[in-house]
Amino acid sequence: MNRRSLIKAFTLSASIAAMGLSWSIQAAETIKVGILHSLSGTMAISETSLKDMALMTIEQINAKGGVNGKLLEPVVVDPASNWPLFAEKGRQLLTQDKVAVVFGCWTSVSRKSVLPVFEELNGLLFYPVQYEGEEMSPNVFYTGAAPNQQAIPAVEYLMSEEGGGAKRYFLLGTDYVYPRTTNKILRAFLHSKGVADKDIEEVYTPFGHADYQTIVANIKKFAAGGKTAVISTVNGDSNVPFYKELANQGLKATDVPVVAFSVGEEELRGIDTKPLVGHLAAWNYFESVQNPVNTQFVNDWKAYAKAKNLPGADKAVTNDPMEATYVGIHMWAQAVEKAGTTDVDKVREALAGQSFKAPSGYTLTMDKTNHHLHKPVMIGEIQDDGQFNVVWETEQPLRAQPWSPFIPGNDKRPDYAVKGN
Amino acid sequence: MLRLLLTLLLLLPLATQASEGEYFITAKPAEQVSLLEGWAAQPDAARLPLLDNLHQGRIAEGDTRKLRLNNRLRGLLENTLASHQLLSDVAKVRLAAAQQLQKSAQPAQVAFLDRRYAIEADAAVRAALGLVLANLQLAAPEPSVRLAAVRLLGETGDPMARTRLEALLEPGVETDTNVRTAAETSLAQVKRKLLFGELLGQAFSGLSLGSILLLAALGLAITFGLLGVINMAHGEMLMLGAYATYVVQVLIARYAPGAIEFYPLIALPVAFAVSAGVGMLLERTVIRHLYGRPLETLLATWGISLILIQAIRLLFGAQNVEVANPAWLSGGLQVLPNLVLPYSRLVIIGFALFVVLLTWLLLNRTRLGLNVRAVTQNRNMAACCGVPTGRVDMLAFGLGSGIAGLGGVALSQIGNVGPDLGQSYIIDSFLVVVLGGVGQLAGSLWAAFGLGIANKLLEPQIGAVLGKILILALIILFIQKRPQGLFALKGRVID
Repeated sequence: MNRRSLIKAFTLSASIAAMGLSWSIQAAETIKVGILHSLSGTMAISETSLKDMALMTIEQINAKGGVNGKLLEPVVVDPASNWPLFAEKGRQLLTQDKVAVVFGCWTSVSRKSVLPVFEELNGLLFYPVQYEGEEMSPNVFYTGAAPNQQAIPAVEYLMSEEGGGAKRYFLLGTDYVYPRTTNKILRAFLHSKGVADKDIEEVYTPFGHADYQTIVANIKKFAAGGKTAVISTVNGDSNVPFYKELANQGLKATDVPVVAFSVGEEELRGIDTKPLVGHLAAWNYFESVQNPVNTQFVNDWKAYAKAKNLPGADKAVTNDPMEATYVGIHMWAQAVEKAGTTDVDKVREALAGQSFKAPSGYTLTMDKTNHHLHKPVMIGEIQDDGQFNVVWETEQPLRAQPWSPFIPGNDKRPDYAVKGN
Repeated sequence: MLRLLLTLLLLLPLATQASEGEYFITAKPAEQVSLLEGWAAQPDAARLPLLDNLHQGRIAEGDTRKLRLNNRLRGLLENTLASHQLLSDVAKVRLAAAQQLQKSAQPAQVAFLDRRYAIEADAAVRAALGLVLANLQLAAPEPSVRLAAVRLLGETGDPMARTRLEALLEPGVETDTNVRTAAETSLAQVKRKLLFGELLGQAFSGLSLGSILLLAALGLAITFGLLGVINMAHGEMLMLGAYATYVVQVLIARYAPGAIEFYPLIALPVAFAVSAGVGMLLERTVIRHLYGRPLETLLATWGISLILIQAIRLLFGAQNVEVANPAWLSGGLQVLPNLVLPYSRLVIIGFALFVVLLTWLLLNRTRLGLNVRAVTQNRNMAACCGVPTGRVDMLAFGLGSGIAGLGGVALSQIGNVGPDLGQSYIIDSFLVVVLGGVGQLAGSLWAAFGLGIANKLLEPQIGAVLGKILILALIILFIQKRPQGLFALKGRVID
């Protein structure tokens, strides 16, 4: 930062502090930042907190003087859980609002919907959620986990003696691209470990499915044939009736553990977790992780939720995609500082190898070529207070394999981002 | 004298117990495993309090150190605890312990279990222990012991027995022909019992799903069925009922924690009042201007539903809220070894029937009901006879909405409570009412249970996704063939 921009930043922040008025920011030169998360519709349950987390992070960066001496100006749009609308709103952000970067999307189908827009207009998208891989666009940075950073270590844990030594696997998911691809990868992985097809059952339910009686009865029947684990890629609020049914039919974690890939602290807020103690989730971050960075992160979030009077602020929790959002925004800001500009091509170059001390307790690095973060994997058990107790974690962050080696043909894919695949 | 001796006996091991606990909490997981396995094979009554504490995640009462257990340790702990509980004086505790051991007993425990079996006085516990032993004796060296074990297993309906027998019948495992034949007979027996349990389970799931559909649709059977309002905001009345339950739960937890067990009962009148109030308000302000204009009603009520959803979202947030099941609605009734009937579902089936009865009585045995029927059959004639049609419309709409609120209380006990709750039930509700025949309570009853059972019969065969599609297709075909639904009003009443 040269002297002029330092002075500029100083006078700017001083003037804001003096006036205390947010509209004055508009007057000064700012960097516009798009936030593309559903604030209504079915995904609002998960995505609203990401929008708030993004706003908090931007506010924190601005409090420290912004980026390159300019303040960040968030532009929030609501694609309303409507997949084509994601593309429309994405285009609007890039062409009308002329944002430098967009943080957004949750479901894979929404990401697939905006992808052509970002590639066409050479925009920059940060995607903060664990997903099925099979994608590596030069216009997207993926701050969530690829399958080898979540699903595969979780299954390895279930196989281990410590994890219960499961022999049979019940793959339960919501019927869309993420669970189906993940289960395809897992089936190939299980085969490679010598698990036969008769010991794998794959079941899908529609979005918003609420009646899990038959499925839980089937899990019980399947589990009578040997030590079983359920691998759940059930998404959204269907998880509540599923877990309630498990508890009511007396299926305990010691008999049949359920490991979930889409259930975090935020989802557990709507459930009484006492009957669920011992069921598992695999993520790259849990709120309960003990380290100074996380303590600060959690406290900041709770204070922010209270100050902004967010709904349910007294019980505000952090979760993995929120951490990924936070890390993504900071990494982008660092890359812009390094590049000295918000030009997408220069920022993309500057992002490679960028690192950040994350709340997970690790210093996360953006891979030099594949646009994914190196992330640690953690397996947590649900506690009676709705938090997770980490029972297993990797010793160090793993490099992502977006092109899973368990899907035939992926060995020929390049290990760097290319448009249109 | 005896008491004195017992006290001494109890005091003596207290010291060792404390140190065992200390040792356990500091031990490595592998050591903890062998400790638990050792304790399970040689139970000592004095260790019971320690195991109880371990089971609750601590080593002693008042000790703040949290015990980190994983599922493997938790499973071993349950087994060890059960093994110790066999020494209890209470037959019920021993029975529960024996049932746990049927799942988890290890060969190392055989000697101890044999001793307990020999001196067990209670018939039920003895039978349960016999099964525990039979599971382990399948690997006994003497054919006669194996034969007895195989025969005993044939008399249970335990799904695990089936797996064990199948494993025994794998080629080359069991060499004695007598035992093999006995095992085959036993396996057939077990399979029969399991099939019976499965069928009962499917029937129960069907009834349960039916009762939920019924509760969701009953309010609509009045607002749409009787009043003819295409009420797209019906789902939101369910949602309001569920949120009323949540608010009642929070208030009771704050101001009268003693009554928290019974909050759903208190929530019933509150939810009815809230939904009925909102319903009547809507009727007076919006819907009454739109009678006889179905398309506009449809759009207006849809708009109202969006407004209500967003209002709730602003008030309570987009996240789902936590509605906990009270203890008497958690868990289930073990009817057969492979059939558990959850209490919440049993209660909801009963509650659904109760609400139907209540509605029927209201419509057929009260003055209000008479007026409602009169107005719906012939509005002008009813008005001529002095029936205040406007007021009757309002009350009837309030009644339908209130009943939806009651449904919301029930739904909050089994599913999600979020702003979108109503959206997931509105389609099903219309299906039930249309299939049952508009204007008929009995029709809704039959349609709800019919749909529930059909759904649950199809689901295991073709999966939840296809099942839902097939049901929808069948309903469309049925409505094509019989537009008036299952039950139709006869005569000149429909204009």
